[in-house]
Amino acid sequence: MSLSLTLSHRFADFALDISLEAGPGITALFGRSGAGKSTIINAVGGLLHPNSGRISVDGDLLLDTDRGIFVRPHKRRLGTVFQDARLFPHLSVSQNLMFGARYAPRGSSGPALKDVVALLGLKDLLDRAPATLSGGQKQRVALGRALLSHPRMLLMDEPLASLDGPRKQEILPFLERLRDGPLGLPILYVSHAVDEIARLADTLVLIQNGKVQAQGPLFDVMSDPAAVPLLGVREAGAVIEADVLAHGDDGISTLRISAGTLELPGVHAEMGARVRLRVLAQDVILSLTRPEGLSSVNVLPVEVEAIHPGDGPGAAIALRANEDRLLSRVTARAVTELGLRPGLKCFAILKATTVAPGSIGR
Amino acid sequence: MTPDAAAWDALRLSLWVACWATLLAIPLAIWVAWLLARKDFWGKAVLNAAVHLPLVLPPVVTGYLLLLAFGRTAPLGRALNALGIQLAFHWTGAVLAAMIMGFPLMVRAMRLAIEAVDPKLEDTAATLGAPRTMVFFRVTLPLILPGVLAGTVMGFAKAMGEFGATITFVANIPGQTQTLPSAIWAALQIPGGERQAVMMVLMASTVAIGAVLLSELLARRVAARIAGA
Repeated sequence: MSLSLTLSHRFADFALDISLEAGPGITALFGRSGAGKSTIINAVGGLLHPNSGRISVDGDLLLDTDRGIFVRPHKRRLGTVFQDARLFPHLSVSQNLMFGARYAPRGSSGPALKDVVALLGLKDLLDRAPATLSGGQKQRVALGRALLSHPRMLLMDEPLASLDGPRKQEILPFLERLRDGPLGLPILYVSHAVDEIARLADTLVLIQNGKVQAQGPLFDVMSDPAAVPLLGVREAGAVIEADVLAHGDDGISTLRISAGTLELPGVHAEMGARVRLRVLAQDVILSLTRPEGLSSVNVLPVEVEAIHPGDGPGAAIALRANEDRLLSRVTARAVTELGLRPGLKCFAILKATTVAPGSIGR
Repeated sequence: MTPDAAAWDALRLSLWVACWATLLAIPLAIWVAWLLARKDFWGKAVLNAAVHLPLVLPPVVTGYLLLLAFGRTAPLGRALNALGIQLAFHWTGAVLAAMIMGFPLMVRAMRLAIEAVDPKLEDTAATLGAPRTMVFFRVTLPLILPGVLAGTVMGFAKAMGEFGATITFVANIPGQTQTLPSAIWAALQIPGGERQAVMMVLMASTVAIGAVLLSELLARRVAARIAGA
């Protein structure tokens, strides 16, 4: 399963000019509002006819402006979930869910109604009208409706952006189940929330001003110091995987990563589970010697891989901690005073409370 | 004092003509309303003006233009006559006149309803695999149903009351082309005809009020279904 696209489209005040590939799993398109993310989703879905471009899914040409090919949206079989759920107001939840089912090609593989109802917890909502649902419930129904049309790929345009924190938490586990479950549906996921992407994506594409600035596996892009200004200095930080070893009675859990163990609060995964940790660059402190008498216990031996000076007084430091990579954000002055240079061995201090457990799953 | 046979005849013919006029106009009106609401095409302003013309022209003028187009000696009228279709001085002509006079009112109401439907819902239906015609029948049409109903009632009421164009195009032949308004007018021309006129006025009012009440009821049901109450 692969999506490959090249697009260029000119708006009155903005030009989109991109080329990207999306394989299996979740490919996240990240960019600030107005970066052109939704335009890409609409072009892939066929709701926008770009000035020029070429889009193919599994070698099946959906658009080729040079050859005058434009496959109509209803023939593309790309289920789309929008930020506003867009449920049909005159139909019940079950009618909404089944709307696209009759257009799925005969013999196409995909979930049945009962699978989707179980996956998304929709059992008690089936007879309700969309107007009576909460935002999170609406998004779950919209997701189920897209799945039941048996798409080859899911397009999700900021599906969580209009939901508040608790409602987001309600949806995220479903998306993880979708990613890891037997459906194995590839997803093109547009978002401007780094926490969602850190938790969900396998591949990350960073978009700015209508151009692709970086693309690659999530762990690589998130730990690339060059990506710091694109993600925002407060949001940037590596994502690493860890295994849950034990849960302490005091609410602190022990997790193993390739470079050692970490002790973190608020880990809600089961013992033995593999979780993603998002380690914000601004929360990683560097020390030349192994620090002693610190309140933080999460100290890892690391090696400096690269130093990326920022526009301001800060610099992003790429670190290798055994097999994992971390990012640290320090001041340019600290780089000079500590004599940081590639190859230097030092210690990274992670303050326990600032390491946000990204997700359960995997 | 009861309505005489001529009054009942006129009521029957009026209902018959109005029902036909409305039924025939509905699909066409929805289509034109959809074109005007959703499409940009060359000549859109002209179509819009043409649809609204009967609203601003004196009805007598519309009736006379119909006579010029479909009269027995007119080319169009002759062609239709050859096919066995007679319009001028025939009840079918009354249907055509009523259709044309009610058409702008129907299109207006339906166009507003279509413009109120979020095109994003239609896009979404397409991403779920629905071809365009199915998008219309499964999403657009159910959502504009209240507007279609409102337009239909307006068109029906206009058809029931249409006088000027009808009497010009199909005259006022009792039992054949004499609709209720024509019959009321005729009764008022005869000394002592006022009593029958009053009877027919009561008939016309009853039909009009009944139509409005019925449409209110239906519209409320449809709205409740859409709101999910």
